[in-house]
Amino acid sequence: MAQVNMVQSLNQTLAEEMERDPNVVVLGEDVGKNGGVFRVTNGLYEKFGPERVMDTPLAEAGIVGTAIGMALYGLKPVAEIQFMGFIYSAIDQIFSHAARMRTRSRGRYRCPIVVRTPYGGGIKAIELHSESTEALFCHMPGVKVVVPSGPATAKGLLTSALREEDPVVFLEPTRLYRMIREEVPEGEYALPLAKARIVKEGKDVTIISWGSMLQRTVKAAEQYDAEIIDLMTLSPFDEETIFASVKKTGRVIIVHEAARTCGLGAEIAATIAEEAILYLRAPVMRVTGYDVVMPFPKLEDYYLPEETRMAKKIEEILRY
Amino acid sequence: MPEQVIESFEVERLRILNEKGEADSSLMPSFSPDEIKKMYGLLVLSRIFDERALSLQGEGRLGTYASFRGQEASQVGSALAFDPSDWIFPSYRESAVFISRGYPLDRLYQFWSGDERGMRVPDGLNILPISIPVSTHILHATGAAMAAKIKKEKTAAAAYFGDGATSKGDFHEGLNFAGVYNAPVVFICQNNQWAISLPRERQTASRTIAQKALAYGFAGIQVDGNDVFAVYKATKDALEKAKEGGGPTLIECYTYRMGHHTTADDSTRYRIAEEVESWKEKDPILRLARYMEKNGLLNEESKKSIAEEAGKKIDEAVSGAESMPPPDLEEMFTYTYHSLSHRERKEMREISDGPG
Repeated sequence: MAQVNMVQSLNQTLAEEMERDPNVVVLGEDVGKNGGVFRVTNGLYEKFGPERVMDTPLAEAGIVGTAIGMALYGLKPVAEIQFMGFIYSAIDQIFSHAARMRTRSRGRYRCPIVVRTPYGGGIKAIELHSESTEALFCHMPGVKVVVPSGPATAKGLLTSALREEDPVVFLEPTRLYRMIREEVPEGEYALPLAKARIVKEGKDVTIISWGSMLQRTVKAAEQYDAEIIDLMTLSPFDEETIFASVKKTGRVIIVHEAARTCGLGAEIAATIAEEAILYLRAPVMRVTGYDVVMPFPKLEDYYLPEETRMAKKIEEILRY
Repeated sequence: MPEQVIESFEVERLRILNEKGEADSSLMPSFSPDEIKKMYGLLVLSRIFDERALSLQGEGRLGTYASFRGQEASQVGSALAFDPSDWIFPSYRESAVFISRGYPLDRLYQFWSGDERGMRVPDGLNILPISIPVSTHILHATGAAMAAKIKKEKTAAAAYFGDGATSKGDFHEGLNFAGVYNAPVVFICQNNQWAISLPRERQTASRTIAQKALAYGFAGIQVDGNDVFAVYKATKDALEKAKEGGGPTLIECYTYRMGHHTTADDSTRYRIAEEVESWKEKDPILRLARYMEKNGLLNEESKKSIAEEAGKKIDEAVSGAESMPPPDLEEMFTYTYHSLSHRERKEMREISDGPG
């Protein structure tokens, strides 16, 4: 098995699925000849041609809206939104249509689009290029939200997303695009959606993390007997894996890059409180971004949760 | 160097049938007497459907309802131009499009009574459930048309929307994508002069809606939206052009919303009675009836029997809709995802314990 980074892994996965399924088409800004601003679609235009790899006009609602029409017609469109901060223009299409087409038509129509977008900070970018607002999409029934944390999960999850019958918002941690290289299984490799993954077993504390924060979480917890869960699918999320771990450790920390208020951590904490509170030996704690507008590069390192902040929280929960 | 004109344009208006019921034979498509009778039958059926919906709503038997009175020719005329394989993306004021495509009438009443099962489109009928958000579904028609082109299928898509929708960004994006990809799509704007309380001239400073198409690189045409022949011809021509690779068309059906925006609206607050009155003489059904009478296709007796027959169909549809058993509680969960999520299953158990 070859060592690849996440960009290469996503690229190979798209190529393999496009090879396998002639209905898979890719559309977005600069995804064709340019291969995407992060090169995730590199080479697809040359391989599959302009009808299956569409350089679209600069219009996010247009990209997602036409993708919905294509999906209704029987294609499997993969729409790329260049940065998560630009997806806001397309939220109307995702919320008002993609998420509810199956419900609205009582099952006659479905809308299996995949909307891929890089998310998260730490890349020294200008405004609205570092957003991590996954909770918005988790709140909307009818949408699935999937976040890989490295090259291997990127392949397994994107493969499943591309075979999924429901709309998927697929968030790719920008900071990790080229940071991690690891072995990625060759050939058929699909990770089921709505299933979390235990990255490391442990007995003192459960740490739930995903996407851009996972690698830091693993590092921060090295000195502890921590059980680390990579949630992978944020909506619908895997409650069972969380409960089983909570029952074992009695302590939970949730780590996410997004702002704290109404972040997904709040929903996970409430779910644990409802169904597993008697197993807890300490309050559920969170390490998250702050309730501020995502700062520019000069301050972003203070905003993003990092190993020291996480380790402090682990100490705090163990001492409780 | 003198200044040059680098682009100029003209906007055509199509009318075949005037208010007196006289048809321009040079423009008239070749309709058989039966086809014309079918058009008339659908116009009447749609009108009665609409009138009944309003009275049912007044009795509390339907929810909020959007009347299309006055727009029957725009809807029936365009809807009859489609092939069964074409895809239709309607807005919420298009009941006559559904009726003309053979959508079960009882399902329409069921939908407007607050039962989502009414929008379970029968298999084989390529129409989408109505789009409540304005203008956003225009992009779906463009996308479906792009897909038809990618799949090399000789199919066209069409979106229905009103004059208000043309102010939104999705209209721009939908038409722009359609132009760029030369997609086989027809945009049918029913310019009924009012978007709730805002008159057409305050919706856009453009003299016509049709001319907006020119900026996207394709043709736009204004048709007399109360002339069922003209609407049919414009739509048919646009669909044929689309399927021959000629790209999109914007059709502005110039018509009038005779009723309130919906049953929750009171249009006397913002428009004058004289204006509404002036459109009565332009009524699309009156116009076709005059034509048919002149041409021996309709008389008092047949007029009466057509109306009675339509009334009977509507009676059946109403009783069909009202005798449908209420949806199972599970219905609420069944369609969110292709299969129930873990959490939905728990919530469903909660609800099946009974309300409250």
